[in-house]
Formats: sequence, structure tokens, C-alpha cells
Amino acid sequence: MSPPIERSTPKLTRVVGALAEATGMRDAKLNELVRIGELGLLAEVLRVTGDRATLQVFEETMGVALEEPVARAGAPLSVELGPGLLGSVVDGIGRPLSALAAITGDFILPGANAPTIERAREFVFTSKVAVGAKVGPGDVLGTVPDRGGFEHRILVPPDRSGLIGKLFEGTRTIEAPIAELTDGTPLFMSHRWPVRRPRPIRARLDASRPFLTGQRIFDFLFPIAEGGTVAVPGGFGTGKTVIEQSLAKYAEADVVIYIGCGERGNEMAEVLHEFARLKDPRHCKPVLDRTVLVVNTSNMPVAARESSVYLGLTIAEYFRDQGYRAAVMADSLSRWAEALREIGSRLQEMPGEEGYPTYLASRAARLHERAGRVTCLGAPNREGSVTLISAVSPPGGDFSEPVTQSCLRVAGALWALDPELAHQRQFPAVDWHTSYSLYADAMGKALDASCDPGWTKARAAIIELLQRDGELREVASVVGPEALEDKDRLLLQVAAIAREIVLGQSAFDPTDAYSTPAKTFRLARAVLQLFDAGKAALEKGATFAELELSQARRALAMLRDAPEADFEARAAEVATRITTLWRGGPS
Amino acid sequence: MRVARSYRGARAAAGPLVYVGNAQRAALGEWVTLRAEGQPELRGQIIEAGRDVSVVQVLEDTLGLEPAAIEISLTGELANAIVGKDLLGRALSGAQDPRDGQPRPIGEAIRPLWGAPINPTQRLPPSDFIETGISAIDGMNTLVRGQKLPVFSGPGLPALELAATIVENARAPRGEPFAVVFCAIGITERETRTFLDRFTASGALERSVLYLNQAQDPTIERLLAPRAALACAEHLAFVHGLHVLVVLADITNYCEALREVAAAREEVPGRRGYPGYMYTDLASLFERAGVVKNKPGSVTQLPILTMPDDDITHPIPDLTGYITEGQVVLSRELHRRGIFPPVDVLPSLSRLMNAGIGKGRTVPEHRKWADQLYAIYSRGREARMMVAIVGEAGLSPTDRRALELAELFEKELVNQGTQRRTIGETLEAGWRLMDMVPREDLIKLSDELLASRRPQRDAAQRKEA
Repeated sequence: MSPPIERSTPKLTRVVGALAEATGMRDAKLNELVRIGELGLLAEVLRVTGDRATLQVFEETMGVALEEPVARAGAPLSVELGPGLLGSVVDGIGRPLSALAAITGDFILPGANAPTIERAREFVFTSKVAVGAKVGPGDVLGTVPDRGGFEHRILVPPDRSGLIGKLFEGTRTIEAPIAELTDGTPLFMSHRWPVRRPRPIRARLDASRPFLTGQRIFDFLFPIAEGGTVAVPGGFGTGKTVIEQSLAKYAEADVVIYIGCGERGNEMAEVLHEFARLKDPRHCKPVLDRTVLVVNTSNMPVAARESSVYLGLTIAEYFRDQGYRAAVMADSLSRWAEALREIGSRLQEMPGEEGYPTYLASRAARLHERAGRVTCLGAPNREGSVTLISAVSPPGGDFSEPVTQSCLRVAGALWALDPELAHQRQFPAVDWHTSYSLYADAMGKALDASCDPGWTKARAAIIELLQRDGELREVASVVGPEALEDKDRLLLQVAAIAREIVLGQSAFDPTDAYSTPAKTFRLARAVLQLFDAGKAALEKGATFAELELSQARRALAMLRDAPEADFEARAAEVATRITTLWRGGPS
Repeated sequence: MRVARSYRGARAAAGPLVYVGNAQRAALGEWVTLRAEGQPELRGQIIEAGRDVSVVQVLEDTLGLEPAAIEISLTGELANAIVGKDLLGRALSGAQDPRDGQPRPIGEAIRPLWGAPINPTQRLPPSDFIETGISAIDGMNTLVRGQKLPVFSGPGLPALELAATIVENARAPRGEPFAVVFCAIGITERETRTFLDRFTASGALERSVLYLNQAQDPTIERLLAPRAALACAEHLAFVHGLHVLVVLADITNYCEALREVAAAREEVPGRRGYPGYMYTDLASLFERAGVVKNKPGSVTQLPILTMPDDDITHPIPDLTGYITEGQVVLSRELHRRGIFPPVDVLPSLSRLMNAGIGKGRTVPEHRKWADQLYAIYSRGREARMMVAIVGEAGLSPTDRRALELAELFEKELVNQGTQRRTIGETLEAGWRLMDMVPREDLIKLSDELLASRRPQRDAAQRKEA
């Protein structure tokens, strides 16, 4: 018989930054949660070596001392999923920030704890199954009306099945069971799921449906599919956050998970304020009603910044599993990667490129693969999706850096933001020469069918126009625009109008912040018609100087800014301007 | 918090770091004093607590320190800042020792130096316009209360003069009480003087708190000075309801100090040798700005940084730009041409501008005004680049016109010397410039808006004719 292993009580032996070490942790599991110190700060096991464990701490460690106790929780970091999530703001470990404010005041202090969903809050549960029914993972048990009339579907947790023994309908709190299986297992309106483990699905579906953003340059030139992924890299001041916010407000999604990962506090305050006030144009309800905010600002603990992305994705998957279209706005994945780097370097891991850990690429890939359109687990049969739009903040605006490159290898589209365009106040500052979308062909087909059969053709024509414009501008910068032929000068002017009217879109203009596919198409087509009319006039003998392009431009600008009721009148005005482009011509 | 305990002899010392063996129950961030016979007391804090060895970062210069001979006392306290209204009018070192020959301030309270993040749900989105009296800022890149707006400067550019001008001129919208906290981080005696002389002359000193860590002062103190300054600012803002403007100069020196410590600890370096956590560290400074619900005061930050070799992609301006809400960029070219303040409005940006302007704040048409001027100026700068390629003779008449307007913009709107302009004067200067532009080029302005300006415009055009 070997001597019994001496068990010492777990105690802290080292604290540095977001990292701690403890002894007495012989049978600790990787990614197991622990509470450390006298304040009981939440931490996660990263490494186990014999009796010692290395922990990453999700709260501020300043003041934590050696020999303070460590308590094991046994389970990995998980998030409570259930009704009441919509409209809430949680931090990177799932604590609701308003509840924290009630405990520690205006500043977040370590050691505070609050459940993700308020315990006392009541929901009205209506059953969709009967006693005696056989239920399995992902089956819809019933529904609960959630914020803004949203139908929250209560699912059998992915790891439960059996026969329904009892049902409890009506007004219940989160803590009261809504059903009991015949083996006595209670089922609740909420269940927990480990954030680092993707939730199970029945099957993956192909990306065939457009994810409409309401932003012309994206929907028209670089569309993404429902369940798709897109990387949005850009230096500071190029408008990443404005794009993320515009999409959160206007994109065609049932639920939006907005992850403020390592970003600004004031920005989050503004998002909260705006989303509560602003109405989503399709449902006429506050945007906040369909949003869950995961907020870990740049000065909040770095380990919780790393976990915030997984937490957000898990919440998105949960809504997907109910049969909804969820969209995740991650702002920004660079801060997530930096958190990995910071913790990796404290662990003294061998660094890869630019100090980032060698597993950056594989973690980024796994993270992106949690997006997708799927057939959900369980009955009734339903489809759901998670679309991921992730901002990337490359240092110095240099896209060759590891985080941008890791994302590009897995993302289905690139919306590259260009500081030069931002300086010209061309917003969204998306560089149309380097951006791409692998979904473009499929989405073009879908929009040919749903919006206008001319969509794909018009898109190709605008791309050609922009391509030619790029080449001509290079020539013009050498010889001067005056030296160009008239038809080339016309092209430059029309391209400038296309950039301003079709690609440019003000996020702050109440009527233009959101553009329907129909409006997008009409504007693009009008620009192309203008181009054709100009070319025809030149062929008939007009000179470039005789073309009344600035009037046509103003008519187009008015069409763009017109409220919906005015749209047809403005469209007629544009048509007139196009036919009278050259007054010298035969009428 | 905990009891104090003392140890004799350190295991090792290197640069600003002292390694202490077997320090019982050492806490991260714990304040430490180090004594050696015949030497002044040194202070430091634990930046790594370990059963085997703990690392103390020493504030003062460690010249002549003998590790084996020192007595190390762990105080049981975390680093604190003394805060209170009695600090107004005082000058302290980065370690909060008096620098004005007066006794140590008593203060009203003690706040943790490190601070804590403001709960984002308790923040109020900043929305109050601050009139700095500078057209390039008020008109084009408006500063808003609770904002952090850094000045990106280059070696030899007048960033401190600009900061002093702003401090002298800044007016609160409704004349509320306000205070200035100035924190010098490793700047020279000459730079400090420049700032303080102007400060004293304008009488701003009595409503200011100064934290001075100059170039000759200990490097590590640079890491504490801004935190002491911000703790004080938070107290004045959120306890006394003052609107506090914090000037931090120079963040580049702060980052150098951060790098020095990281290198001494043999950490894996990130870009250009700066530590990988520099973003997080800078954020812990810059995020200490804002407005809190149900509290009258605010903290607004005006950090100044010097871009090494005027390179905006250098990690210091780059990471700063990702955290702050915009930037005011100074231009060497404008400075050479004698323009003050030499603000280059093209790369400058105030992210919170929209929240601070418009109806009820400045004027309803402010945004359109700024967009139009920006477009005119940006067009002119493009033309200036063309001149470099094709020569002035090769320019089209429209390009030549654009070029002239850009020059006028710089000379008339940006260049104002030390003279203060109200927002009304700034807007008028901009309109005068736009009056010289043909209607079809004013693409950002509606007919209605221009019609309201028509009388002045006609008068201007008559004058020109």
C-alpha cells in the first residue's frame, strides 16, 4: 500500500497581474472554476502540475495576498441561459452590471457577485408539450413572453431527456421548476452551459440566405450570408465601432449580441442610451429589446475580456437553438487576442509572432466556426443561425499583423477599413478594392430573386466602374484630370457620385442610416443610368463641360436623403435630370 | 488591512526592482518601505507576490542600494492617494510629497491609487460642449465633458502651449465650478516652466492641483503620478461636483517608464519593446474620464504625447488612439509656417463631437458647417499634393481655387494665435470662408441653410467684386 496522499488545503502561493498560483490543487481539473482570496474572486484553472495549479483571475487582483484560501467550484465557466437576458448588460463572466452597481456603486469593485438572471423576476410559462410526452435535448417545452413581446422558447437542456411527469404552467420565477421528468428530474426555464463548449446542433446548413445589414456598401458590394462571418479590420478612427453599432441597430436579425470587448466605457454608455431610444425599423420596437450587451471595457479585468467573447457566442447559440437568427457584433477581437497574449506571456509560454501565443490562429478559427446556419436540435423542426461580425484593430492599421491574418483565414468576408477614406470622410470607410465576400455570388442570386432581377448585373457594373475609376485616378494624378478624354472625365465624375451616393451612407442621418435593398438597388441603377446617358450624350457630340452633372448629383443626393413617402417624387426628379443631362442634344 | 512586517536583506536587486525572499502574506500592490543606514528611506510596491520570492518595484532611484543590508517593511497597505479640496492650489511630486515648500496636505479622504473601473451602466454619455476658445477644436473637433482627447504632438511642437491655452480659455457651458489637475510626467524644467508661468499669470493656479514628476525625478514615480492625479480628479469631480480637466504630459515618458520596468523583469516584449499589456495599462489611465449618473461633476482628460519621429503608427500614439475618443494632431508643417495652434484637422478627430454640438449646445447647423469646411480643406490639400507632382502651372482652375481656400483655411480659421474665439466667432470665420466658394461646390449644405446665410453672403460677394 502506498502511503495516503497528503491533502493540504488549497492556498495561494503567487499573485501577479491576472495570474495566480495555488497549492493543494492535486485533483483540480483544467478550466475548473475556483474562488480565490478572502473576497472570493472568480478564477479559472489554466494548468495543473502535481499539487500546484495556475489560475487566471477574472477580477482585479490588487490587494490579494499569499496564503489566502482557494475554494474549488468543480464546474467550468458557464453562463445561465433563459428568459430575461434580452435588454440586459452583463460583464465578461456573466454578472449583470446593473446588479453590480447596486452592490458596489458607481465603480466596479472585486468580490461582488450576482446571478445573470434576476432570481425574483417572474415569467409566464405556457407549455407546448403534454404530460407523458417523451422529450429530448433541445425540444421546445413551452414559451415565455420576453421583453418587447419576444417569444422566448424554453428548451430541454442539451444533456437531458425523459418523459414529462408534471408540468407547472403560469407565473413562475427562474428558480421554480416548470416541468418534472418521470425520473424526478426538474426542468427550469433557464439552464447553464459552459461558455467554451459549442452548443450541440442537429446539422449545419449552407449559407444561402442573405444577412441584410441595411448598409448599401455591404448589402450591394460585399454581402454576407446568414450564419456567415466577416472580419472588419481598421486602424483607429476608421469607423469600426460605428459600423458595428449600425449593424446592431438595423441588420435583419432577431437577436443581437453586442460584445464590447476591451473597448471604451463612454462608448458603451452611448450604446445603452441609443439602443434604448432608437427603434428598429422593421418591428418599431427599441433596439435594446432584441439586444444582449456583453461589456468588458478596456480597464476591466483582462481575463474576463478573454472570456467575454465565448460568453457572447454561447448566448447567441442559445437563441439560435430556439430557432432565431442571432447576430454577434464583436468589438474587437484584437483585444481578445491581446488578452490571450497578456495571459500567455505571464505564463511564460513560448511566444509566436509579435508575442501572441502560438495557439492564436487555432483559437480564432474555432471561435469563428461557432457561427453558422443550422438545423436545431430537438422538436419541432427549426432553423437558426449565428452570424459573426468581428472588428479587428490592427496596430498601426497594418493588416499583415497576426490577429487580422488569423481572422482572414477563417472569415467568409473582409470589410477592410481605410484611414485614407476616413480622412476624406467617406463613410463607411470600406476600401472597395481590397474588401471581398465569398458569399457574393450566392447572395447575388438570392437578391436577383427577392429584390430585382437586375441586381447581380448592376453590382458587376458598379464594380467595373469603381475599378476603372481607380486606374483613371492614378493616371489623372500624374497628368491632371484636364488632360483626360471626355469619356474618362465622365467616368471619374460618375464614379465620384457612386462613391458619394451609393457607397457613402451616414450613420447619423435618420432617413439614410438604414437602406432597404430596394432603395440600394434604385440608387445604384440611377447612377448607372446617369453614366449611360452621359456616354450617349458624348457620342452624340456633347462635350464633358456641357453635361449638367452637378444638377443630377444633387437630385440623386435628394433621392438618397428622401423619406420613404417622398421617394417616388424624388425618383421622378432624378429621371428628369438624367434625360436633360445635355440640353444641346436632340430631345 | 494587514499588519506590517519587516525583513532584513533582499535576495537581489536590479535596476528599479528588489527581490525579497519569503515575504509572508505579501499582497499584490502592497506598499513597501526600504531602509538602509545613512540613506534616505525608499518606497516601493509589490508587483509580484510569491511564496518563494516577491518583486518590489522601487519608486526612487536605487543608486548605491545594497540588497543584503536593507530592511524591508511591508506596510500592510495598498498604494493610496490623499485627496481633497485642500489640494487645490498645491504642487506635489509624483509620490505626493509637497513640492511647494508647504507642509504635506492633510486631505479629506484616501482613495486607492489604482482606482476602479466606472461601471459602464452608471456612466452618462458625455454631451456637454466645452468651449476651448480654439477654432480648430471647437469648430472642427469639439471637446465634450467627460471625454479623453489626447494631443498628438512631435518633438519641438507647442503641445504644452496649446494645453495651457486651453486651460486658460476653457469655459464651462453654464459657468459651473471647475478645476484643473495638471500632471507632469518626465517633462523638462523648461517645459514645466512654460506651462506653470502661463498658469500663474492667468490666475488658474488657485483652482488647480499640480503633480510634478520632471525629467530629473525618479522614473518609476512616473507610473504613479498620473494615478495620484486621477484619484484626486475623481474625488473633486464625483464628491465635490467640480468639472475637472486633467492634463497629462507627457504620456510618451510614461510608456518609456513602463517599458523600463518590463525590461527589468525580462518580460516577453511586444511591439518595439513595449510590454504586451501596454494597451490595458494605458486604458487604466484613460478610462478614468467620464460623467457618472446622478453626480454633478465630470473628469475630462487632455493627455499629451510626443510621437517619436512624428510617426502616428508608433505603438504609443497607436494604442492611445484606440483607447481615447479621438485625437488632436499637431503638424510640423503648420508650425514651421508660424501657424498657432498648428492643428492639422484632417487626421484630427473628436469621436464625441456629435454629442456635444447642434441644437441647444452650439448651433443646429454645426455638423454641416464642419463637414463642408472639412471637405473644402481636404480638397485643397489634395490639390497641394498635386502641385508636388504636376507643378502649380499644371493645376486646373478649380484645383487652384481649392488650393487657395486651403491656405485661407489655415491662415484664417486655424491660425488664431493666443487670442480666444467664442464658438460664434469660430463659426463666423468658417462662413466667411465658405462665402467665397461657388454654390455648386457647397455640396454638404442645403438650399434652406444657405438661404438663411444669404444676406451676409451677398454682402461678402459684393465686397469681393
